[in-house]
Amino acid sequence: MKAANVPAKVWLLHAAVILLLAALQFLLPAYHHGVLARIMVLAVFAMGYNLLYGYVGLLSLGHAMFFSAGLYGAGLTMLHLGWGVPAGFVAGIAAGAVLALVIGLLALRTTGVAFMIVTMMFAQVFYLMTLYYGDWTRGDEGFVLPQPVRAIAIGDWRLDLSDPSTRYWAAVALFSIVLVITAAIARSRYGRVLVAIRENEERTRMLGYDTFVSKLVAVTISGTICAASGAGYAVLFGYVGSTFASVQYSILPLLWVLVGGAATTLGPLLGTLFMYYVIDIASGYTTAYLLIVGVALILLVLFFPKGVLGSIRARWIGWLP
Amino acid sequence: MSFGPHLLLAFLEGLVTSAVLALTALGLSLVFGVMRIVNVAHGEFFMLGAVVAWFVSSMVGGHPALGFIAALIVSPLVVGAVALVAERLVLRRLNYNPEATIVATIGMLYIIQQLALSLYGPEARPVEAPFTYRIQFPWFGYSGYKLAVVAAAIALLVATWFLLTRTRIGLVMRATQYDRETAQAFGIPVDRVYAGVFAFGAALAAIAAVLIVPISQAHYLMGRDPLLLSFIVVIIGGLGSLRGTVIAAILIGLGDGIISAFFQPTLAKMIATLLVALVLVFRPQGLLGTAAR
Repeated sequence: MKAANVPAKVWLLHAAVILLLAALQFLLPAYHHGVLARIMVLAVFAMGYNLLYGYVGLLSLGHAMFFSAGLYGAGLTMLHLGWGVPAGFVAGIAAGAVLALVIGLLALRTTGVAFMIVTMMFAQVFYLMTLYYGDWTRGDEGFVLPQPVRAIAIGDWRLDLSDPSTRYWAAVALFSIVLVITAAIARSRYGRVLVAIRENEERTRMLGYDTFVSKLVAVTISGTICAASGAGYAVLFGYVGSTFASVQYSILPLLWVLVGGAATTLGPLLGTLFMYYVIDIASGYTTAYLLIVGVALILLVLFFPKGVLGSIRARWIGWLP
Repeated sequence: MSFGPHLLLAFLEGLVTSAVLALTALGLSLVFGVMRIVNVAHGEFFMLGAVVAWFVSSMVGGHPALGFIAALIVSPLVVGAVALVAERLVLRRLNYNPEATIVATIGMLYIIQQLALSLYGPEARPVEAPFTYRIQFPWFGYSGYKLAVVAAAIALLVATWFLLTRTRIGLVMRATQYDRETAQAFGIPVDRVYAGVFAFGAALAAIAAVLIVPISQAHYLMGRDPLLLSFIVVIIGGLGSLRGTVIAAILIGLGDGIISAFFQPTLAKMIATLLVALVLVFRPQGLLGTAAR
């Protein structure tokens, strides 16, 4: 591996992936076009999860609360306060960032299994809150953001996010920005500190790094990215419901990251793409799609713990980001 | 009904919850204590126990007690066997890595739940109680069966305590819990102990489910609440401590019975979950436990 060429190669790869996704806009039939837009938004969720699980090695079972903080932060402000798309989107991200900071401050006092249980419980409280305040959130049933609300008007120029083509471009934009951010973090000094914490936290602390602050920042960034995905989901697809806050949506990003490869920048996209289509195709034959999720989790953790891209990196292409 | 009898009723209901919870949580606590893994599929073993109980009791004719007793014997055996297979095929190969086992048991949770939905269906089905004697209090009649559940749970808890502290099997289990490597060095078959403990923990959940199924029906989603409550009990009681688990189960069960008699259930659940999460954050060794070993 020639060190000098690696950064160029990595950025070229990311650019190629983004260009490919943009080009698919013109090639795909209508159904898959819509599905891919959704996958890109959900892949952002997986990328946020990957930052914490893949790089820092913290297994959270509560990321549904960050996703749904973004979802509700955008959805509720737009529905009840009449905020526009940009304000709602920012409100969603801000809600997720604040929540992630608070949860991080509390949950990072624990480690290992306790961290997982604590995050799961906080997420459960969040889920129960979405049910308890059903007068505003409409609970399980959820609510739909009407089409006129989901348009941005700047002067005469109107951007209707419920239009499939606009929606696709918006999804590509959101995905690309987050991909570049996570790739930059992974390659930065800070990213290397995170990996060091994953490999040996004691030693990292001994080297003079404040591991608590590093982890807290990681939880906050991870939660913010997940909230961006949730807020994006609300404005692009217009549905907000408490299902997204349930524990199942904490486990799905874990599955996506495991499939694609933890601590790889493109793994989350690959994993989301693969599992989405597996479940989509399987649900044509059977309603028991959770069975597939269960079997996939066990097989992955048994035989394929590095995921697709992780295995490729270990075996063939060492420079893969 | 005035406040006093109402409280007594809530207390009795809470006692039944405590009894079943103590058995379920004990299974989870044993697995955590000895094997140092978190079994997320524990609630599904509970559910499986109830579903198997329904199948068995609906196949056995005659007096309802016959079907119930058959279920009480068959269900823990079946569930224990399922757990044993899962342990041998999956957990052992993962070398009991804590995080990998969590992911794998989440997988098991989905598999068991979906299979129950596909094979058993979405309906809730009752199992007839073995007897229908009612105890007449001055203010209200109360199901004698429910009190029998409490008695049975106490008997089982005492038996488990006896097994753990007074027999060779218990000694081997405690040795494995205390120090896995030293136990191995002294010729204890740690591998088989793990398999046995996992199956035993699942069987305890199944017994609890058989006991509760004449009161609340068998349903494919019935494993959710016991899982969360067992987690809460095990955490508050101190991870891996038997006495703590039982005390915490009584506290939580009575608390749950009394709170849900007087407050709105969603709010109660929300506050309880938040409190437990904060206990775990600020007192990771549990309320009653001493420092973790």
